[in-house]
Amino acid sequence: MQTTNAPSRPSAARLITIAVLSCVALVWSTPLLWMLVASVKAIPYGSLSAASLLPDGPPTSEHFVDAWIQGSFARWYLNTLIVTLGILVVQLVTIALAGYAFARMEFRGKSLLFHLFLLQLTLAAPILIVPNTMTIVKLGLYDTLAGVMAPYFASAFGVFLMRQTFKTIPRDFEEAAIIDGASLWQLIRLVLVPLARPGLVAFSIVSVTAHWNEFLWPLMVTDTPDNMVLTVGLASFVRSAQHAADWGLIAASTLLVAGPLLIAFALFQRQFVNSFLFTGVK
Amino acid sequence: MSDAVFRDNLALAQPVAPPAARKKRDSSAPTAALLLAPSLLFLALFTYAPILQALTQAFTIEKFGGKFAGYGFGNFQRLFFDAAFQKAFANTFLYGIGTVAPSLVIAVILAAALQESTRFNNLLRTIFFFPTLLPLVAAAALGSFVLMPGAGLLDYYLAQLGAAQTNWLGDPDIALYSIIGLTIWKNAGYYMLFALAGLQGIPSDIHEAAKLDGAGPITRFFRITLPLLMPTLAVIVVIALINVVTQVDHVIVLTGGGPSDSTNVLLNYIFQAAHEQHDIGRGAAATIVSVALLLALSFVSLKTLERGMHYES
Repeated sequence: MQTTNAPSRPSAARLITIAVLSCVALVWSTPLLWMLVASVKAIPYGSLSAASLLPDGPPTSEHFVDAWIQGSFARWYLNTLIVTLGILVVQLVTIALAGYAFARMEFRGKSLLFHLFLLQLTLAAPILIVPNTMTIVKLGLYDTLAGVMAPYFASAFGVFLMRQTFKTIPRDFEEAAIIDGASLWQLIRLVLVPLARPGLVAFSIVSVTAHWNEFLWPLMVTDTPDNMVLTVGLASFVRSAQHAADWGLIAASTLLVAGPLLIAFALFQRQFVNSFLFTGVK
Repeated sequence: MSDAVFRDNLALAQPVAPPAARKKRDSSAPTAALLLAPSLLFLALFTYAPILQALTQAFTIEKFGGKFAGYGFGNFQRLFFDAAFQKAFANTFLYGIGTVAPSLVIAVILAAALQESTRFNNLLRTIFFFPTLLPLVAAAALGSFVLMPGAGLLDYYLAQLGAAQTNWLGDPDIALYSIIGLTIWKNAGYYMLFALAGLQGIPSDIHEAAKLDGAGPITRFFRITLPLLMPTLAVIVVIALINVVTQVDHVIVLTGGGPSDSTNVLLNYIFQAAHEQHDIGRGAAATIVSVALLLALSFVSLKTLERGMHYES
């Protein structure tokens, strides 16, 4: 609850709220803190002291080295980058085009088509893994990165977002450009894309986050370690390391997978939060 | 009227006089089709066709060795009489209620408590939001350690409080609740973000007026904040429900649906049927059941989204 008192006199209620919140936040952050500590802590093999959050002794990089040697992290990073950026580039083109059509044009069946698009919002890809895997096999894309990317090239969610974004751009801008003799290409490059930037950036952040973190679909359609992405590699890692109770290794490899996004978030926090909100609420 | 002029101008990329209303519609149709074609192609390939394909597959009966033997309800029969499927179906509901309701309550309480933008509050918001950015697989990796009996984070600190150790993922009576707890930890911060945005949309003068009338913070929360937050809460519930059906990575990594199917949920069941048991017919039938469930949800979500659109314009 928000405080109702003047700032000069913090009430007892406010102090209790702060104390409770701090405790909850501490508990909430414990798994992440443990991951940070455990990834650089020298833990004797099979030791039960793994759960301690306090670092003992100087930090070590052995778990990261182990993880890097035992897994194909260089390959998995590259694959994940190709998949996330590949999906994003194609998506930006398809959603901008379709979003523009829905925002600015009138044509027969527009409303029906729009609802057909929105269907994809709920019938999210994970639920269709069985038929989609068969399609990927038929297309000869099984165990390829293209197969991992293909189902995401169209995004109803992105189209919806771009439609909203284009609607916020005053038509006057476009009209002025046309009166000034701009070609369609110039109109897109100099007027529409710059003005739609907030929408494009927000969508990019959400899309990259989603596909960097995705697991089930890449697991379904890849087979050889060379075609795995980070999350799939991590899962196979966790399963084998779990039996060996090698918690340092698990913590280090988890950090290797989640690290890039966590760092990006720390650097561009406001941008991230705004994007998630922008894309969720609008 | 300028809209209509412009639409045609863009379509032809040159200034022309506005044609009659009916003609105008048709003249921009080819351009619209061109702009929509790339999206439609991929939607057709990976959203519409798969639903039809799953339908055909679900009603196709195959003889031993994968030979086509006709159409019928055989796959659905096998599905509904499969104890694992019944369990997965019941678990999905339990998991849904168990994650959505607490997440929503936590999200609203956190948002209300952290509404003011102070440095301290911003730090706490960040802490609660952080798990959102983790891959679900990474959350599972952390979970595998936190929940490990005896030596894990949870038991380690509970033991210091004098509690006995618990087999969080190995006990069929507890495992689903452990998964639920992990899911709440992972998602509540995300929903908090929406609740925060919703709170910002409530005009402060309503609160001021209520304060002048002598309403305390608790009364104001239940009489003003909560009712005005309802549209936001509806959006959160829809997102959370879709997550319930479509997010299963942590189950696959941590328990694989076990022990004795106690953590099996619909999508994990589909995954097992297709990926591990290679029973495509039963997997397709389970897909159809899930699609029907999601379509029911989508009906609700479309209504919510439409309301959001009106609200905005």
